[in-house]
Amino acid sequence: MTLSPAVRVQELRKSYGHFTAVDGVSFEIERGETFALLGPNGAGKSTTVEILEGYRERSGGEVEVLGADPRHATLEWKARIGIVLQQTGESGNVTVREQLTHFAALYPNPRPVDEVLSAVGLDDKAKTRIKALSGGQRRRVDVALGVIGRPELLFLDEPTTGFDPEARRQFWELIRSLSREGTTIVLTTHYLDEAAQLSDRAAVIAGGRLIDIGPVGELGTADARVPIVRWRDSGGPRQERTTEPGRFVADLVAREGEVAELEVIRPSLEDIYLGLVEAAETAAGETRGPAGKPDDPIDAISTKGARS
Amino acid sequence: MSAATSTAPAARPARFGLGRTLRLGAARVVYETRVYFRAGDTVFFTFLFPVVLLGIFSVAFQGMGNVGANPDGSGGISQASYYLPGMIAAGILLSGMQNLGVDIAMERGDGTLKRLAGTPLPVMSYFIGKMGQVLVTSVAQVIILMLLAKLAFGVELPSEPEKWLTFLWVYLLGIVTAAVLGIAISRLPRSGKSAAAVIIPPLLILQFISGVYLSFSLLPEWLQTVASVFPLKWIAQGMRAALLPDSFASAEAGGTWDLAGVAIVLGIWLVVGLVVCRLTFRWIRKDS
Ligand SMILES: Nc1ncnc2c1ncn2[C@@H]1O[C@H](COP(=O)(O)OP(=O)(O)O)[C@@H](O)[C@H]1O
Ligand SMILES: [Mg+2]
Repeated sequence: MTLSPAVRVQELRKSYGHFTAVDGVSFEIERGETFALLGPNGAGKSTTVEILEGYRERSGGEVEVLGADPRHATLEWKARIGIVLQQTGESGNVTVREQLTHFAALYPNPRPVDEVLSAVGLDDKAKTRIKALSGGQRRRVDVALGVIGRPELLFLDEPTTGFDPEARRQFWELIRSLSREGTTIVLTTHYLDEAAQLSDRAAVIAGGRLIDIGPVGELGTADARVPIVRWRDSGGPRQERTTEPGRFVADLVAREGEVAELEVIRPSLEDIYLGLVEAAETAAGETRGPAGKPDDPIDAISTKGARS
Repeated sequence: MSAATSTAPAARPARFGLGRTLRLGAARVVYETRVYFRAGDTVFFTFLFPVVLLGIFSVAFQGMGNVGANPDGSGGISQASYYLPGMIAAGILLSGMQNLGVDIAMERGDGTLKRLAGTPLPVMSYFIGKMGQVLVTSVAQVIILMLLAKLAFGVELPSEPEKWLTFLWVYLLGIVTAAVLGIAISRLPRSGKSAAAVIIPPLLILQFISGVYLSFSLLPEWLQTVASVFPLKWIAQGMRAALLPDSFASAEAGGTWDLAGVAIVLGIWLVVGLVVCRLTFRWIRKDS
């Protein structure tokens, strides 16, 4: 028996009034796969994921999640799915352990609370009320609640916001171990390195459109990977894209002798990704303001993660 | 996490029947009650408020002598006895309607309901949890009110079983109706932050015109008519029928306790509330 894909999305469209937030997106996610939805803020990641989770109505297209249409979610279906929303903010008058124990009881075959507590690194906060936790610690509670029910399919919407570097690495380890157990994972992120670290495949979306899909290392067109040769001559800085940088440089040097500031640049994954997003946004005649280059992950960690 | 405890399809199918709904409902009652008593402001404004008022009224007004006393000052009942039924009625409204109206609106605003919507918790279990929390806290409130009245102010509680039977059915019908109406009005506030501001003032006005703080007969006739549309006036009347001497029936607007009226009006509000809940309750506003 071949299982249907965990997620199948065809020509998904979503409008908020006149504004089209998701525009003709199609992809499939295989069972057991870890799949990243990668894109800048406002790209339509949360909208897409929350349609898959059954939280939002779609305006068009077909969606199937674990063989069912999320519009008609049953309790059985919900029991097979784990959800970590981008934003949560309960009053938090229960302790971490009380909350996990209570949510575990909602599922037919939950993971042991202690196992989950240590997997998210909150053993020593088990008796703390959730409202007394730092932002990063609360986020770990969200993740813990997402996995407590032993889901077949886990959705994570920007799960590492507010994590310090250690928490992020610990989280990556948790995701890998869930993946080893066979959990299908759908993760949204604007961190390229997170997608590269975790996902088998990523879909890049910008301005509500899917602009590329594939293993993170293979994103971008062949053109985008073409190395760049840069140097300076009397007319100022020059650059040339070529698939044969060695020959190009040899010819250049043979012709003009030693040239100033010579360098050969192989576009990094980051360059390719930013190129993709920028190209998509210029093409769409972006008017929604700067779509935010993804923060440099290292900077983001050192500024945001200080508290947790 | 060990691979041994993997996502085995063999672990299913689990049953999702009535038994599970009730079991999770019971778990919710425990959880909800615990959360209720940890939120200091609701404990004061819904749980202790009538208790504090009973204390204040009993002390402040006792100087005016007994209620229904003879011209020479003998007979009648103490101010505490007179106010006790009203404070119990106010407690029913606060513990049921105000509590759930504000609570559920805040849970919708802060993401609690959205999170629950993503779990296999049946809506019915959630409601059982809320109802149970209301019952537990309201029964505790009634007991505290009665103990305060009896121990601090020497109020004599009725000894006739019929009086207690009246008390029981008016109380149960009142608290269930108030809780259902609380769930129904939780849709009104547009955000969690505005929940208290939207729900508390109208209910406070209702308390003033329904004969719990002010004697009903002091109100102008048109205001009595308005108040008679709403359930609190009838809960308070039923409570007076249960807890005051029968001689006080003549002080009621119609000259009798009119328990049939109590049952009919509360019954209608209960049905209306259930229908509104059924039609309007959603875990979340889609697209928010
Ligand atoms: N409830 C909503 N009403 C109106 N516009 C919305 C709503 N939710 C999202 N949007 C808009 O849709 C676009 C995509 O949002 P979102 O899916 O949250 O993006 P992402 O998660 O990729 O940051 C944004 O421009 C956002 O402002
Ligand atoms: Mg988002």
